[in-house]
Amino acid sequence: MTRETTVNIALAIALLAVPIGAQFADHPFIITLSTKVAIFAIAGVGLNIALGYGGLISFGHAAFFGLGGYAAGILASQALNYEPLVTWPFEIQGTTQMLIIWPVALCICGAAALVIGAMSLRTGGVYFIMITLAFAQMIYYFAISWPAYGGEDGLSIYVRSKFPGLNTLDPITFFAICFALLIAVLGFSVLLTHSRFGLALSAARQNPQRLTSVGVRPFQVQLTAFVISGMITGLAGALYADLNRFVSPAMFSWHTSGEIMIFVILGGVGRLFGPLAGAALFILLEHLLGGITEFWQFLLGMLLLLIVLFARGGLIGLLAGGRGNV
Amino acid sequence: MSTILLFEQILNGLQFGIMLFLMAAGLTLVFGVMGLINLAHGSLYMVGAFACAAVAAATGSFWLGVAASLAAAAAAGAVIEVAVIRRLYGRDHLDQVLATFALILVFSEGTRWIFGSFPLYLNVPASLSGAVILPGGVAYPTYRLAIIVVGIIVAAGLFALIGKTRIGVQIRAGEADREMIAALGIDIARLYTFVFALGAALAGLAGALVGTIQSVQVGMGEPVLILAFVVIVIGGIGSIKGALVGAILVGLTDTLGRFLLPSLFATMMSESDATSIGSALASMSIYILMALVLIFRPRGLFGATN
Repeated sequence: MTRETTVNIALAIALLAVPIGAQFADHPFIITLSTKVAIFAIAGVGLNIALGYGGLISFGHAAFFGLGGYAAGILASQALNYEPLVTWPFEIQGTTQMLIIWPVALCICGAAALVIGAMSLRTGGVYFIMITLAFAQMIYYFAISWPAYGGEDGLSIYVRSKFPGLNTLDPITFFAICFALLIAVLGFSVLLTHSRFGLALSAARQNPQRLTSVGVRPFQVQLTAFVISGMITGLAGALYADLNRFVSPAMFSWHTSGEIMIFVILGGVGRLFGPLAGAALFILLEHLLGGITEFWQFLLGMLLLLIVLFARGGLIGLLAGGRGNV
Repeated sequence: MSTILLFEQILNGLQFGIMLFLMAAGLTLVFGVMGLINLAHGSLYMVGAFACAAVAAATGSFWLGVAASLAAAAAAGAVIEVAVIRRLYGRDHLDQVLATFALILVFSEGTRWIFGSFPLYLNVPASLSGAVILPGGVAYPTYRLAIIVVGIIVAAGLFALIGKTRIGVQIRAGEADREMIAALGIDIARLYTFVFALGAALAGLAGALVGTIQSVQVGMGEPVLILAFVVIVIGGIGSIKGALVGAILVGLTDTLGRFLLPSLFATMMSESDATSIGSALASMSIYILMALVLIFRPRGLFGATN
């Protein structure tokens, strides 16, 4: 077992142990924080596929996070109002079933990522960063000025979505759902990176000319990775909407894109558990520094600067050494 | 809709575009010469606005405030260049994005620490208050007209600096081949600090000028920063001419979109639907413009072909 695997297992156990301990000690707030870590980690795992393995620096993943959230919010609010979502050509009802909401969120985000990715991948380098940002901003301003689902004020969801056989309103149960999904997407990530596709994706990042010369078009590989990446981040958005029982245009804002990026970079770009380590550290810092001073973001900024300048490879790189999958 | 109103909106769009140019010029110079994405450029804009508001409030003179905004933003720019930015030139864009994102947090919270969360207000100087009557009988605020004039002067000065002076030759040479000009005995580190401080001063000037139109508050730089990025991407990163054209395009598209789109849709649908769809589309319009430009010209209008 490599040192990184040990660190990864320790991280997963820690994320599981903290809320279970909090359950016995009766600290529901800590369970909510852990749930947030799990959800942000899922978003980060999604971005890591594009950014870490594919080298596609997307500064617009808030678009998928928000779309997933709004998919959940809109379906739930229509179900609660007993108003069909679409009446023509056939009637579609809203729903509060997670097992329906998740596939819908995945499909919507996949379709959006396909369109955004296909157009953005025509550019490269810094232009790619900026065009992904532009698409996210487009949706952000649309969400603000579109009045049907709350516009700038956002949309409250009065009931948490249901999962067959489970009481999702119980914090520890909801955490368990998010944790299980996190493990699932991490497992998917492992399969992906070790598959032929994963190797092609790595090759597309390192040397697109060579990949082309062996008969694989980098564009298709990168676009597929971008779509998968957007879908996973969208799933996280749907969970986040359920956690807060509220969605707002802030989910689309460029701060959200920046934060998801921070989770990935803080933990270690291209490291399997990097997003989890990064999200956990971010939430922990937010909580701890927020207790010290009202201006905790000042300290967070300073700390981030030091990490970028002096601790390359992120938290996992610091703990486990080596170069990871980059 | 009257022609006079349309003319006024065109001038507003021009004024907005000129202001964006002041922001975008520094951003595009820094990217062109040093290859650095600087998200913290909006913070320098904020520093300029706060310096102007603070000094104008203390001395009662708007002009001293403007001078202070130039000095404060240039100084802040030089300090972060030497302390942080310099270490990022050799890094990839990812590190640059994260480090300058961190700088935004530091600047925003630092400013909140010093000045508090309440917005400051800047008054238009007495000599520039009131309106001028333009040919055709349009009354237009003198101050906004002055911003347009200042912007044009700065743009001309910048083109002259880059195109005609010795330091401009060095900047252009730095874009082309930094090792070569270092070998020719140019102090490249000092040149970079100068370019960064110059861009910062322009951002600070933009902040000071806009501070009288909007309120001066923490976070004011971020929307403008994103717009400035849209501008330089449309114009082609690294090109001052592209920044100017892009800025005017974005300024006009945004202002005229907000003005024209709702009434355009009103001819097709009910008033309230037209207002909501029109304003939704208008706020997206510049991003649509940017996506279109990049799809047809992946390196912007005036970007290098390679």
